[in-house]
Amino acid sequence: MKNHSLWRDAFGRLFQDKWAVASFIIVIAYSLVAILSAMGLIAYDWAREVGGSNLPPSAEHYFGTDIFGRDVLSKVIRGTQIAMSVGLATSLIAIPIGVILGAFAGYFGGWVDDLITWLYTTFSSIPNIMLLISITMILGKGLFAVYVALGATSWVNLCRLIRGEVMKHKEREYVQAAGAIGGGHFRKLFKHILPNVTHIIIINTSLQFQIAIKSEVILSYLGLGVQGEPSWGTMIDDAKLELSRGVWWQLAGATLAMFVIVLAFNLLGDALRDSLDPKLKGK
Amino acid sequence: MTKYIIRRLLYMIPVLMGVSLIIFILFNLVAGDPSAVLLGKNATARQMLEMKEQLGLNKSHFAQYVDILKSAFTFDFGRSWATKQQITYMIKQGAYPSLCLTIPAFIISTILSLIIALVVAFYRGKGIDLFIRFVCIAGMSISALAYILGFQYFFAFKLGWFEISGFEYGFPNFVPYVALPGIIWILLSLGPDVRFFRTIILDEVYQDYVRTARAKGLSEMTILLKHVLRNAMIPIITYVVIQIPYLILGALLLESFFGIPGLGGITLNALNSSDFPVIKAMAILSSVIYIIFSLISDILYTVADPRVKLK
Repeated sequence: MKNHSLWRDAFGRLFQDKWAVASFIIVIAYSLVAILSAMGLIAYDWAREVGGSNLPPSAEHYFGTDIFGRDVLSKVIRGTQIAMSVGLATSLIAIPIGVILGAFAGYFGGWVDDLITWLYTTFSSIPNIMLLISITMILGKGLFAVYVALGATSWVNLCRLIRGEVMKHKEREYVQAAGAIGGGHFRKLFKHILPNVTHIIIINTSLQFQIAIKSEVILSYLGLGVQGEPSWGTMIDDAKLELSRGVWWQLAGATLAMFVIVLAFNLLGDALRDSLDPKLKGK
Repeated sequence: MTKYIIRRLLYMIPVLMGVSLIIFILFNLVAGDPSAVLLGKNATARQMLEMKEQLGLNKSHFAQYVDILKSAFTFDFGRSWATKQQITYMIKQGAYPSLCLTIPAFIISTILSLIIALVVAFYRGKGIDLFIRFVCIAGMSISALAYILGFQYFFAFKLGWFEISGFEYGFPNFVPYVALPGIIWILLSLGPDVRFFRTIILDEVYQDYVRTARAKGLSEMTILLKHVLRNAMIPIITYVVIQIPYLILGALLLESFFGIPGLGGITLNALNSSDFPVIKAMAILSSVIYIIFSLISDILYTVADPRVKLK
């Protein structure tokens, strides 16, 4: 009999889903664009004047030009780099904090659990938008502040989920067995339990990534995000004044770019949940 | 039960202390000394000292922390740096326009989402279910900013159906001002709400009692409305209650775009003028309200569903 691993089964299910595959390809494509832009291979000359002011979309400039005659498509690409970097940085901050705290709380229980539960209850008691605004305002405008603010708000949900899941697992027989053959706490927790809750991290990251992108756009729109570089949020801010003069392409470009990636992450998140956690199917 | 409520009430104290601690760390430790910013670069040392005293920054760290904790109970937040008004007064002024916008929009969007979710659950797995689920996800993926800009431009500016900006006090004078932002609020809430309500309803649809009801010969409609909905009501009510704090917080973006002088607008103005005390006050106030409503939500949950274990 052929031996199928859990992950192979899960990804087999995932790749049967056309929408999931399409979403996955979109995420890869956006990542590539972001990486190429970060390496300075594309859209490096976004600030250059390439034509007249506020030219509508044409074969030469697919998304038209802005008020300074800069190519809107290049700005959208730079914005992609910013948005993806925010998503990535947020995940890199939120995952270690959320997983380690959640795992400790769920596994050790007692005062450790009390302390960590108190910590995340406290963080989740401050409405996200107020915490985001406060942190970015105090740390000063810019990407670093956005990373920290989003990192500080997005570990909470993951921590809560991991805590609940680890609690369920720690009483299971396989963990007892690992203890019986001499495995210590850390071995049981990191070698045996954590691999069984990885799916939660993956599902949560996919959903958290798009929340980070949306938040970055709003923070940049409010003037708290990246400075001196185009972001989807600052482009939408520009569009606020241009719209009454019939200049819609900057808004359209930024909105479309954002719509596609957020939709992809939403669909992918749902598909990942269905395939990695079949118990939740259809929810 | 009483014991649970008391314990839950007491737990508010450490959480409030934690919230105050975060706000203290952010605004009093990290933010540093604002008196130089406030007075400009020509300030004398004496003026700066006076300013510090006025802002309460010459006190010990512990005393500053206690001040924040106290303000969570007394709602005395001092004065705004920008407008020099009492912040409590500003909040009282701002609450009315905010609530004029958010309460009707919230009620309509909740009822509408529930109806759509019931229809979708009735036709689960069929074309209309898939279609509405996709529309929800697609709708949620469009930036809130795009909705606001697009709708304001098209319906208020181009077609002139609504007021572009501003506010008037008293019913029904405020209606033309809050109608369009209200509609946008509803559209923004529909996606997540319908998805959540659908999940909750479908959770119930596969329960044994539904099979029993069906075996008894009840129609699918009766089952859905009389049995399923009643059981699904518990998570739905708690979900609704937990959102109430956000109504008071106001609709930040909507209020700023439509020039509504509500709490969201106050927050954004404070943001633009680096008015720290106002942002700090809004953070404290919204956290206190959030803590109170999450307590109410938890208690409702346990009261309504005796199966929930009280720990």
